[in-house]
Amino acid sequence: MRTGWIMAAACVAILAGAAAQAKTLVYCSEGSPENFNPMINTTGTTFNANLPIYNRLVEFRPGSTEIQPGLAEKWEVSEDGKTFTFHLRHGVKWHSNKSLKPTRDFDADDVIFSFERQWKDSNPYHKVSGGGYDYFNDMALPKLLQSIDKIDDYTVRFVLNAPQAPFLADLAMDFATIQSKEYADTLLAAGKPEQIDQDPIGTGPFQLVAYSKDSTIRYRAFPQYWGPKPPLDSLVFAIAKDPAVRLAKLRADECQIAVYPNPADLDAIRNDPALQLQSQPGLNIGYLAFNALRPPFTDKRVRQAINYAIDKQSILTAIYQGAGQPAKNLIPPTLWSYNDKVQDWPYDPAKARALLAEAGFPDGFETTLWAMPVQRPYNPDARRMAELMQADLAKVGIKASIVSYEWGEYRKRVQNGEHGMALLGWTGDNGDPDNFFTPLASCAAARPGGGSASKWCNQDFQTLIDKAVVTANPAERAKLYEQAQVIMHEEAPFYLIAHSVVFLPMRKNVVNFKMSPFGRMQFDAVDLK
Amino acid sequence: MFRFLLRRLALIVPTFVGVTFLAFLLIHLVPGDPIEVRVGEHGIAPERLAELRHEFGLDQPLWKQFLDYEVGVVTGGLGTSVVTRQPVWTEFTTLFPATLELTGCAIALALLVGLPLGVIAAVKRGTPFDYGLMGLSVTGASMPIFWWGLMMILIFSVALGWTPVSGRISDMYYVEPWSGFMLIDTWFSDEPGAFSSAVSHLILPAIVLGTQPLAVVARMTRSAMLEVLGEDYIRTARAKGLSAGRVVIVHALRNALIPVVTVVGLQVGVLLGGAILTETIFSWPGVGHWLVESIQRRDYPVLQGGTLLVATLVILVNLGVDMTYGFLNPRIRR
Repeated sequence: MRTGWIMAAACVAILAGAAAQAKTLVYCSEGSPENFNPMINTTGTTFNANLPIYNRLVEFRPGSTEIQPGLAEKWEVSEDGKTFTFHLRHGVKWHSNKSLKPTRDFDADDVIFSFERQWKDSNPYHKVSGGGYDYFNDMALPKLLQSIDKIDDYTVRFVLNAPQAPFLADLAMDFATIQSKEYADTLLAAGKPEQIDQDPIGTGPFQLVAYSKDSTIRYRAFPQYWGPKPPLDSLVFAIAKDPAVRLAKLRADECQIAVYPNPADLDAIRNDPALQLQSQPGLNIGYLAFNALRPPFTDKRVRQAINYAIDKQSILTAIYQGAGQPAKNLIPPTLWSYNDKVQDWPYDPAKARALLAEAGFPDGFETTLWAMPVQRPYNPDARRMAELMQADLAKVGIKASIVSYEWGEYRKRVQNGEHGMALLGWTGDNGDPDNFFTPLASCAAARPGGGSASKWCNQDFQTLIDKAVVTANPAERAKLYEQAQVIMHEEAPFYLIAHSVVFLPMRKNVVNFKMSPFGRMQFDAVDLK
Repeated sequence: MFRFLLRRLALIVPTFVGVTFLAFLLIHLVPGDPIEVRVGEHGIAPERLAELRHEFGLDQPLWKQFLDYEVGVVTGGLGTSVVTRQPVWTEFTTLFPATLELTGCAIALALLVGLPLGVIAAVKRGTPFDYGLMGLSVTGASMPIFWWGLMMILIFSVALGWTPVSGRISDMYYVEPWSGFMLIDTWFSDEPGAFSSAVSHLILPAIVLGTQPLAVVARMTRSAMLEVLGEDYIRTARAKGLSAGRVVIVHALRNALIPVVTVVGLQVGVLLGGAILTETIFSWPGVGHWLVESIQRRDYPVLQGGTLLVATLVILVNLGVDMTYGFLNPRIRR
């Protein structure tokens, strides 16, 4: 009897010891995910909650916009750039839960299911959880895809209607997540298909343990993960909406990484010996677009004049409070093909006045300056920014009256070209330069209702970006985009303001965390010292 | 008593219609609908926008939307969240225990501390204790919750490290939600230390949320007691030679309680309002938190359903208060 007690005590001690050694990282996140499906929900919060769980065919290399193998070990692109053949990884295991103990590894059927769910009305999951695959549609995949075929269990072929170099980058995006077809079939048979998006099964480094809305998301390292084993045993997302509370939790070591600090707290964070502060320019651009279809902005001298007239530095100080990097190109410097040789327009009101006089407006003119009603990562306070710009413009004789609408209405009217000048911006999706140039500055986007706020259409620029999109060689593509940036600078369809800088405070004992240009929180390699 | 109850219940129906109408009207006055608010710079295809609007009935005229909503409520359906696609009722029942636990503790704190303080202040009228207490209670009653909450966190959690910053339990523990009340769930769980962790997480938010009602209860008890203590029957009781304690507790307090109960009843509405802020500051996963988010996301079904459920609760509490009057003073029943 006594031996039994001793053995039991020893077991408890060993278990307690093991528990004490278990490495748990708590990440203070900003909100609850809408559900566990990044195909349907497109917020960064949902993406980050799903990132530990799922994989894609190809992945972004941590901390960069480059592509590396994911569930596909390798791939080939045909000569004409229209056929992508993916060779899938063998032996990739799926997580399991109460509803499914997987009987097979990941294979081509899962890939086809995951894309057909988003693509085809006939797929039984197309309408599940409300349907609506915004990113799949935004990246124009329904138009681009001709077919997806299973060659064998571990080979899948995507055929496109036109050559499209950024297609590979699209496949690394969150919406291109691969779900389990076996799980989908099981749930469909059980009559609860929507569970696939609430109680997810993936192939990623962590599996979901429990989610309590507005409170925590718990993950456990997946022992059979195909990639390098994560150093953490478990991962907890502690949801705290208030930035001051997230910082307080970080200081109290209740979490080790806290997202989105208040800009006003940055100095205190830098001075705290227990904390470290990482930062990176975000994959975004905030700009003031000139409506190039409306006089006087049809004249490029007027657009250049305004580029001289506005003091960028005071905007950066007052609006971004140090969390902004001045922009001189439409794409941020973290993106490949960024042309650093382009020189930004200096603040020079005298030159601005001279250019205006040359263009026939020696006394300036009256126009509208539209300010969006919402806060975005690339523009923390559009209204106040508009007021600063208004004051600068008044100095060169331009009387700008500030206009604002409710967000949906604002976007619609700007897209229809009802503005004179409008503040807006863009956050990159797939880390491909085309994802900035085509939606924001192509001739197609300049049509009424199109996404371009400048409504600027320049044939030389268009020829370059058209050529780049069908060129497979990245170095050649980069050259074309660099030339395009020179044209855009000279033509000045925008007053480019800033790329926001994203800050991420964490405890000193967090190692190997790489900030992603996409704002992704990736924990597979992260460790605690 | 039965007729009294019936009369009170009959008043509930127009109150409900009023509440649902107001909630409906106010959220529709805010610009932007739930679909457009979620669209980013990519915009949305007009066909998709129309499809989603149709799915949630947003393409119907406003009066029709309201009517459909009322019919839904009467037939027991509160609708589905536009954002999470979960039934509003499911979300409410998941989150509500957290709110109830917090407000319950805040009320208990207000009563357990506020009542005795009010009584003592009345008995010791005009003394420094009385003046000090009344000064503090004015401060307490006018304390903005968001400031008070953050101050408490900075002092007790960050500087002193006595209490956790936020949440309902340490992230170390995972307790399967059974009742939804963390104190109950952790009490019956096998995890050692989980219960004390839950208690330590409750202390600051309960104090922050309970501060205003505590101050109000203390003040109200004091003034009601002062009024009662001047009555003839108190003098009679004293003249009979009863002990001071018995006069105060049995004769005075019971009669002074009616206004106090009224105030406590009204405070439940205030508390639920305060819970919205407290929950946001302390990342407390309750309905307050949920409602605020639904406003930002224009999640009409959640906001309308949530408001209706919270209003129901306030109405029920007030009904309870009315019945308590009857119990405290039988003359009111008639």
